[in-house]
Amino acid sequence: MSNPSKPNRRGFLKGGTALAGLAAAGGAKEAAAQATNQSAAAKKTEEVIGYGERSRFITSKRYPVAGRHSPDEFGLMFHVLTPLQDSVGIITPSSLHYFATHRGSFIPDIDPKEHRLMIHGMVDRPLIFSVDELKRLPYVTRVHFIECLGNRARAADATVQDTHGLTSCAEWTGVPLSLLLKEAGVQQGAAWIVAEGAEEVKGSSSIPINKAMDDCMVCYAMNGEPIRPQQGFPLRLMVPGFEGIYQIKYLRRIKVVDRHYLTYDDYGHITADPKAAALTNQIGPKSVITYPSGGHKLQGPGFYEISGLAWSGAGAVRGVDVSVNGGRSWQAAELRTPAYPMAHTRFGFHWQWDGQPCTLMSRCTDELGSVQPSRQEVGKYWNDPPERIRVRGNDNTIQPWKVGADGGVTNGLA
Amino acid sequence: MALRKLILGAAAFCFCQIVWAQSPAYGVGRKPTAEEIKAWDISIGPTGKELPAGHGTAKEGAAIYKVKCAGCHGADGYSKNHAPTLIQSKIPRPKEGVVHCLEPCVDDNNTMAVHSPYANVIWDYINRGMPLGREGSLKPDEVYSLTAFLLFRNNVITEAELMSETTLPAVKMPNVNGFAVAEWKHGTPRLQRYP
Ligand code: HEC
Repeated sequence: MSNPSKPNRRGFLKGGTALAGLAAAGGAKEAAAQATNQSAAAKKTEEVIGYGERSRFITSKRYPVAGRHSPDEFGLMFHVLTPLQDSVGIITPSSLHYFATHRGSFIPDIDPKEHRLMIHGMVDRPLIFSVDELKRLPYVTRVHFIECLGNRARAADATVQDTHGLTSCAEWTGVPLSLLLKEAGVQQGAAWIVAEGAEEVKGSSSIPINKAMDDCMVCYAMNGEPIRPQQGFPLRLMVPGFEGIYQIKYLRRIKVVDRHYLTYDDYGHITADPKAAALTNQIGPKSVITYPSGGHKLQGPGFYEISGLAWSGAGAVRGVDVSVNGGRSWQAAELRTPAYPMAHTRFGFHWQWDGQPCTLMSRCTDELGSVQPSRQEVGKYWNDPPERIRVRGNDNTIQPWKVGADGGVTNGLA
Repeated sequence: MALRKLILGAAAFCFCQIVWAQSPAYGVGRKPTAEEIKAWDISIGPTGKELPAGHGTAKEGAAIYKVKCAGCHGADGYSKNHAPTLIQSKIPRPKEGVVHCLEPCVDDNNTMAVHSPYANVIWDYINRGMPLGREGSLKPDEVYSLTAFLLFRNNVITEAELMSETTLPAVKMPNVNGFAVAEWKHGTPRLQRYP
């Protein structure tokens, strides 16, 4: 057996020859199929010229998390999952980026001309900005993931959309929050900010001032266009690497204060245990294999490129290991994209499947050297009985995918 | 690595002492008026210093609750829809037909009056977010009354206690010590020795 992580060149060549033969046999039919259906295209001038639409053959979609509809009976949106199993690269299309609200909220219909951001509290010069005024200021563009603290895999989940669909990654553009806070002049004794959205419940979260002055951004654009309404149009606070609840959508107010305000949105995810609390704000080193993953079906033994995403709230991904034997041994995967700080990073791994049942796993190491743990390691840390492991805070444990003899892929937690 | 951290730490320290309060460099944006700040600032902190003048009792709150809240939250602070449980019950409530509620689910164990750190947070939340669909329509006295009603019905205060901008922040909440605030530092793992 050759090294499964290194497919031999002859394997590739053989595959290539087979493909060429196939093309010759079915060539005429394929050429005919390639002639575009002009009349169908003509009907959709607006979609073709005005605002591009994807092919009607592509059906990848978000859907609400199991157990609570979005919209619910009040019209509130809750948690909506991104189809990671179809993802490539590191940018989640804005239309597929996951979104979530603390306990459900409406998506407000905000006129950007009317929208304002106020900065006040323990500052020398309170300030109000319109969106256009913010756009006059120096900006930064960065790639960042957002992940919800509720992004935890359960044994009943079938696909990676279910297990990990509450994380996405986009290119964000906005004004550094530190610039705005310096314009306002932060006073002595300031220790936290309370950031607030303009939606009906005016969700607000407390953020440490050292994070606010570090790398937070007041964003107005995402993936090259104004932020989508589900993502906070017209302004969203980006708090890189922190859990999703801090990334305040519809940002309308920042109050500089002297203590943690323990708002409604804050207290619900904090407990008395300081160790558990430390595992909430910053997302731990995490990764997941997106192909092949739950629901995929391998067509038979042979070469497959394992593909997945890795990220960490502490900084850049340093490396990813993959195991094709349920964690008995690990091999380094290749990073296929730049490893930006607090961003999804795509990894790839050459794999020859021998047709035997096996379990695939990935493990992320971030720039601090922190390594993604297994559920068992986490259980040991908390002294949980093995059958009742409870992952406190952000669940960044290793996700196993089981490959059956028939090529079917299922959740290894089941 | 250790040295880099030290320098970063030192830089961050200087930053907070000197640079944060520097004079404005861009002059973009305008100064809000005192009235604007007052109207926008709905954050009620732990001390309650932002609370507006006003007062109310559980009895007054019960009457308002019936008209403005019970439709969604149920007459006894319990409904089978997605509006969270507001009032605890000693008698177990039926589970059938209750819409599934995701963690952390609000039920008898953690109604807001029992779970939240400060009575001010209840005031703040009702004031900013309720009644759903007509948020911001309640007057301060109504919010004090409704807060008193929920505190009384969850056995945190007596029916006679008057809630106001001075008494509300002083209410002894059962779970006031239930919240650990984690420190955060750039470039450090979440928790030392966590696997
Ligand atoms: C139209 C339905 C509706 C009405 C009317 C309504 N609520 Fe609510 N309430 C909700 C929903 C739904 C939630 C969950 C939060 C959300 O999704 O916005 C909620 C949440 C709350 C909470 C937070 C509970 C927790 O622990 O998370 C409180 C407190 C509350 N409501 C109080 C009130 C009061 C007091 C009134 C009357 C003034 C009221 N509500 C009227 C639907 C309603």
